[in-house]
Amino acid sequence: MGKWTRRAFVTTGILAGGVLAVGVAIRPGNRKLKVAGLVAGEDETLINLWLKLGPDNIVTAIVPHAEMGQGVHTTLAMMLADEMDADWSLVRVLEAPAHPEYANYALAKGYALGDQSFPSWLLPTVDGFFLQATKMMNLQITGGSTSTPTTGLHAMRVAGAAAKAVLLQAAATAWVVPLSELRAHNSVIHHDASNRSAPYAEFALGAAELDAPVLPRLKSTEEFGIMGTNVQKFDIPAKVDGSAQFGIDASLPGMKYATVMAAPVFGTQLETVDTAAIQDMPGVRRIVNLGDAVAVVADGYWQAKQALDRLPVQFTASDAGKREQSDIFQQFSADLDDAIAQGREETDLNKGDARAAIAKADRIVEAEYRVPYLAHAAMEPMNCTAWVHDGVCELWLGTQNPLGFAADVAKAIDFDQENVLVHNQYLGGGFGRRAFSDYAIQAARIAVDSPYPVKLIWSREEDMRHDHYRQASISRFKAALNDAGMPVAWENQFVNKHDPVEAPYIPYGIDNQFIHFAESKTHVPWGFWRSVDHSLHAFFTESFIDEVAVAAGKDPYRYRRDLLSGATRFRDVLDLAASKSEWDRKLAENWGRGIAIHKSFGTIVAQVAEVEVIDGKVRVQRVVCAVDAGFAIHPDGMKAQMESGIAYGLTAALYGDISIGRGAVVQSNFHDYEMLRMNEAPAIETYILNSGEAIGGAGEPGTPAIAPALANAIFDATGKRIRELPVKLHDLRVPGHSAKDVA
Amino acid sequence: MMKLKINGEPREFDVDPATPVLWVIREQAGLTGTKFGCGIAQCGACVVHLNGSPIRSCVTPVKAAEGQEITTIEGIGNANRGLHAVQQAWIAEQVPQCGYCQSGQIMSAIALLRRNASPTDAEIDTAMSGNICRCGTYPRIRQGIKAAARAIAATAEDSGNG
Repeated sequence: MGKWTRRAFVTTGILAGGVLAVGVAIRPGNRKLKVAGLVAGEDETLINLWLKLGPDNIVTAIVPHAEMGQGVHTTLAMMLADEMDADWSLVRVLEAPAHPEYANYALAKGYALGDQSFPSWLLPTVDGFFLQATKMMNLQITGGSTSTPTTGLHAMRVAGAAAKAVLLQAAATAWVVPLSELRAHNSVIHHDASNRSAPYAEFALGAAELDAPVLPRLKSTEEFGIMGTNVQKFDIPAKVDGSAQFGIDASLPGMKYATVMAAPVFGTQLETVDTAAIQDMPGVRRIVNLGDAVAVVADGYWQAKQALDRLPVQFTASDAGKREQSDIFQQFSADLDDAIAQGREETDLNKGDARAAIAKADRIVEAEYRVPYLAHAAMEPMNCTAWVHDGVCELWLGTQNPLGFAADVAKAIDFDQENVLVHNQYLGGGFGRRAFSDYAIQAARIAVDSPYPVKLIWSREEDMRHDHYRQASISRFKAALNDAGMPVAWENQFVNKHDPVEAPYIPYGIDNQFIHFAESKTHVPWGFWRSVDHSLHAFFTESFIDEVAVAAGKDPYRYRRDLLSGATRFRDVLDLAASKSEWDRKLAENWGRGIAIHKSFGTIVAQVAEVEVIDGKVRVQRVVCAVDAGFAIHPDGMKAQMESGIAYGLTAALYGDISIGRGAVVQSNFHDYEMLRMNEAPAIETYILNSGEAIGGAGEPGTPAIAPALANAIFDATGKRIRELPVKLHDLRVPGHSAKDVA
Repeated sequence: MMKLKINGEPREFDVDPATPVLWVIREQAGLTGTKFGCGIAQCGACVVHLNGSPIRSCVTPVKAAEGQEITTIEGIGNANRGLHAVQQAWIAEQVPQCGYCQSGQIMSAIALLRRNASPTDAEIDTAMSGNICRCGTYPRIRQGIKAAARAIAATAEDSGNG
C-alpha cells in the first residue's frame, strides 16, 4: 500500500497554487486541484479524484477506506482497474488522505437512497449534494460492510470507466482518428486501422483536460476481466516480513511514550492522584491528569507502565459503582415487563395481528434468550502517536473514521479541524472499535502541552476495560402454530435497538408479526461490534425458529425451507449450505449439527455447524458456509472474510463474556476473556453463490449466523438448548454420555 | 549496558535489566515487526527466537537474554534478501488479514518446522495454540505450515539429489 507523505500534506498550498496547476495541467477550479498535491507525485497525473496515472503507465487507485485485513484496498482497486481495462500488473493502491474531498459521499448516498439509479442530468446535482452532506458529517468511514457496495460501485467503477473514456477521447484527438476506431486493452490504446498503439500514460495530460463523463457505461458481469478473479492482495507481502506499519509502529524523533488508566467505573472521575509517589521513577517525564483518566509519560512504554501501576489514585464514587451484571439483566427484564404492562411497547415491525393470533392459538412456543456484553479485543491495543507543533496536531494511528477523528480531536484541543492531520496506518484489527476516537483524543490532550511527540499505548487491560461494548440484551419470543405445526404468528420483544434497523427481522413467511422493544439505558458505553445488532438478533431469531421447528416435530432445515417459499434467494443459499454439509448424513455418537441463515449488509449467509460434545466440552469440528453477496469481486477474499467472521462469532459464542462488577468491567486480558485458538478452530468450507443481485458486504455477514448454528448443533448433540451465551456458562454433560461411551 | 546479538548484529542498550526484550527490540533497536498484544504471555504477538527457540518477549527480561542471540521477524527474510519458505507459503495461501499477529505466528511456525519437518495437525495445534489471531486465519495458517513443510522437504531433496 502506498502512503501519502507528510511533506505532501504540509506543502499542499504551494503545490496547489503553482506547480501543479501548470505541471499537471488541471484547470483552476477543478476539484482535482485541491487534492492533487496530496496524492500525485512528480510527473503523475490525477485523472480524477480516485485515480492517478504515472509516466511509467502505473495506475494508482486512490481508496478512501482503511485496510484492516478485509482486503478493501485490493477489492476496490480491482473494480477500478477492470472498468479501466488496466493491466493489473501495473496497478497500485494509495489510501486517500483524511481530506473532505474523499469523504465517502458514495457511502452516504448508498445509505440514504439505497441502490437507486439516477438520470444522468441529475447526477452532478445528487453527487454534489451528498458530497457536501458527507463533508459536513465528516464521513470517511470504513464500516458497515459498505466499502465494496457503495464506494466500489459509485466511485471506483465509475472512476475507472470514466478514466478510460477520457483517455480514449484524448487519443482520438492526438491521433486525429474517430473515437469509434479505438480500443483499450491492458493499459494500452490501439488503433488497429493504422496499426498504432500507445500506453495510457501518453494521453494522461490530454485526458486530464477533458470533462469525464458523469455516467460512463459500466461493464456487465460477462465483461469482467479482473473482477471475480483471485488476484494477490496488495497488503500481504508487507505483513509477512514485519515491514507493515501499524499505528503502534509510528516513530518520530524525540518521541516519548505514554500509557493511561481511566476511571474503572464508566462516568466517574479522578479524585486524587499522588504524583509525588512516582515522579522520580526512572524515565518518568510527566503525569497528566485528564479528568477521567491519568497518563504517565516516560522514555519508554515499560517505564510508563511500571510507574502507572504504582501511582496511588482515587476515583469519585457513583451509583453506577454499585452495579453488578445481574442488576443490569434484572433491569432489562423489569423494563420489558413494564413496557407490556403499561402498553408502551416501541413498535419495530407490525403486520397482521400477532397478539390476536397467539390469543386464539392452541399451540404456543415461548422462549427467552440473553447475550452478554462483548469487547472487540483487536490484536493491536488502542494507540495513537500525537505531535503538536507549529499550530498543527499530527496524529499517527489506525482509524476507521479519519475525518471524524480529526473533527473530534480538533474539538477536544480547541484547534481548527484543518490543523489536525490524520496519518492513517494499517489497523491491527478494527471490528468497529476503531470508529471511536477516545484514544486519539487522549493522545492529543497529552501531546498538546508536550515539547515532544507522544506515543500513547493502552495496555491490554485498559483496552478490555475501556472498550465500547456490544450490548448485552434480552429477547423474548412467542410463536403460535397451526394444526400443521407451521407458525401463524411471531411476537418478539427485546431491549435496546441500535443498528441496522432490519437486524431483528426474519425472512420467513409468517402472516402475523409483532416485533417491539423497550429502551433500557445502562452506564456501559455502546459500540459498533462486527455486524452490530445482527450479532445478537441472528442468535435470537435463528435459535427460536429452531425451537419452533423442534416443537413442531420437524427437521430444522426443511422447516425453514418451507417458510422460505416466498424468498427464493434465501432458500437457494439455505439449500446450498444443507447440500454441501450432507445434511442427512448420519453423524457419530455425541455429534450434532445445526443450521442458521441470516441476511446482513445485503449479503445472505447460511451456515451448518457440526459439533462433538465429549464430557461436556464442545468442539466445533466443521462449518459449512454458503454465501450470496450478489457477486463476489474477489472470491478468495470473500472466503477469507467468511472464515474470519465465523472465527470472530464462534469466539464470542463459546467464550465471550464481558461482565460488570461494582460498576466496572471484570475481565482484563486474554486469560479471562478467552479467544478461539488454533486447536479449537474448525475446518471451514465456504461456497459462493453469485445470484447477480445488488452487491452486498463481506466483512460482517459471516458473523451473525454462527452463534445460532452452534447452539442448534449443541441441542442436536445433547438435547440442551442454549438460551444464554456464551456456551461456556452451561453444563453440557449428558448423563450416561462420556468419553468412554465413544470408545 | 545490556549486550545482545539481534539478527546477527551485536548491540548494546542502556536499559533497566528488568525491561522486557519486547520493548528493547521495538523502542531501542527500532525493530517494530515484533508486536505488543497482551503483556502477559497469552497471545504470542511478541514471539521472537532466543538462540533459535521461540520465547514470549513481552515477559522475558532483557537480563535473561544478555549475551545471547535474538532473532526477530526482520532477521527471517524479506523481498530483497529472499523470503523464508514459511513467508512464501503465507503469501501463497494469502494468510494475513489485519496482519498484526502474523510476525508472531510466523516465528512460532518456523520454530515448529525446525524441530519437526512434517508436523501432523495435532502437532500444529500444540505448537500454534499460543498464538491468537482475532481475524481467524487459523485454517490458512495450518495450510501455510503444511505448504512450507512440503517446500522445505522438496528443496532438501533437490539439494540432496544435486
